[in-house]
Amino acid sequence: MLRNSRESFGLVSILFHWIIALIFLGQIVLGYSMVRVSDFALQFSLYQWHKSFGFLVLGLSLLRLLWKLANPRPHDLQHMSSLERGASHVAHFILYLSLFVVPLTGWAIASTSPLQIPTFMFDLVVIPQLPMTISDTAEAFWASSHAWLAYLSAIVATGHILAAFHHHFWKRDTILVRMLSPRGQDRKEQQLTGSKS
Amino acid sequence: MKTMNGLHSTLIPAGIAALLALSPMTTRADTLSEVTGRYNIQPSSRVGFTVSQVGGGGITGNFKKFSGVFSLNSSDISRSTISFTLYPDSVTTGQARVESFLRSDAVFDSANFPTITFKSTQITQTSPDTAEVAGILTARGKSSPASFQANLADHGKNSITFRVQGKVMRSRYGMDVGTPIYSNVVQFDMMILGQRS
Repeated sequence: MLRNSRESFGLVSILFHWIIALIFLGQIVLGYSMVRVSDFALQFSLYQWHKSFGFLVLGLSLLRLLWKLANPRPHDLQHMSSLERGASHVAHFILYLSLFVVPLTGWAIASTSPLQIPTFMFDLVVIPQLPMTISDTAEAFWASSHAWLAYLSAIVATGHILAAFHHHFWKRDTILVRMLSPRGQDRKEQQLTGSKS
Repeated sequence: MKTMNGLHSTLIPAGIAALLALSPMTTRADTLSEVTGRYNIQPSSRVGFTVSQVGGGGITGNFKKFSGVFSLNSSDISRSTISFTLYPDSVTTGQARVESFLRSDAVFDSANFPTITFKSTQITQTSPDTAEVAGILTARGKSSPASFQANLADHGKNSITFRVQGKVMRSRYGMDVGTPIYSNVVQFDMMILGQRS
């Protein structure tokens, strides 16, 4: 139930997926908005929230990766073509990579900025700056890298979401359901076999 | 020490000079009687401040534009007064983005509140050359008590210099943006040069 099997995702993997997905998408909306706010005080707060949630994504993703390595990976569905499998693996790899690269480039902005504003994660823990050269140029480079990588990952995530809907509503398979409930696939397969017989 | 030298040259008998050297309070009293008068605060004074941040370091800066007068009454220090005005628009920190943030309505709101004023209410001598200066500080339309320690640093016939230090709680003036990343306490360190008017 907690751990993955070859057939289904366990509860831990499912929670990691949805919690990180929610924060990551929220971060893209927050990041897009905060740079466009004109009120300085509000903007300062929004940046600090964005940094705190960014480190939360990074920390959770690290734990998720360890969990993934310690668990079996549910197999691909049989009916998928090799093109579909290839595309999904590439998309999953890019999304996984984004969960690390996007927060790390954000960390690089905070570390290279001449403002040297400390990162006080949720006002609880001080996150040290990365040992990087501090300059306006470096900050600008990392800020645009961070934004573009985030928007790129949002495009891949959109494809990922559309693919899940395609599987669920068009192909009517268990791909989405097995990421919703640890027993979802079993139920869905029972329904399918029930309706067929 | 200038005063001591002056006394040495005028008081010929070596015995008396030695006696005076052993009783600094007497010479200090002589010193202070010379300084009674009214002084204008000189632009060459330095008004520095530091706001510390979590994890060490902080924001250090100066206010370049200010004005004020003080009158010293050496026979009764408590009858001395000081009135001081500073222009927050003149803040310098070596970082333009920090300065525009400080001038904005997030902190000083210098467009609507162009001055910060301090008027003494009670000056108490705390040692032969130090005094506590209590008064009302008004910033951003809010008035609240504040106190500073003044230390006699130097004086001549028509000029006098005090090192003035004090801590101001910025939350009392509606300027608590950025806490707790940046301390609520603003530490002032000033060299106030007065020229007899």
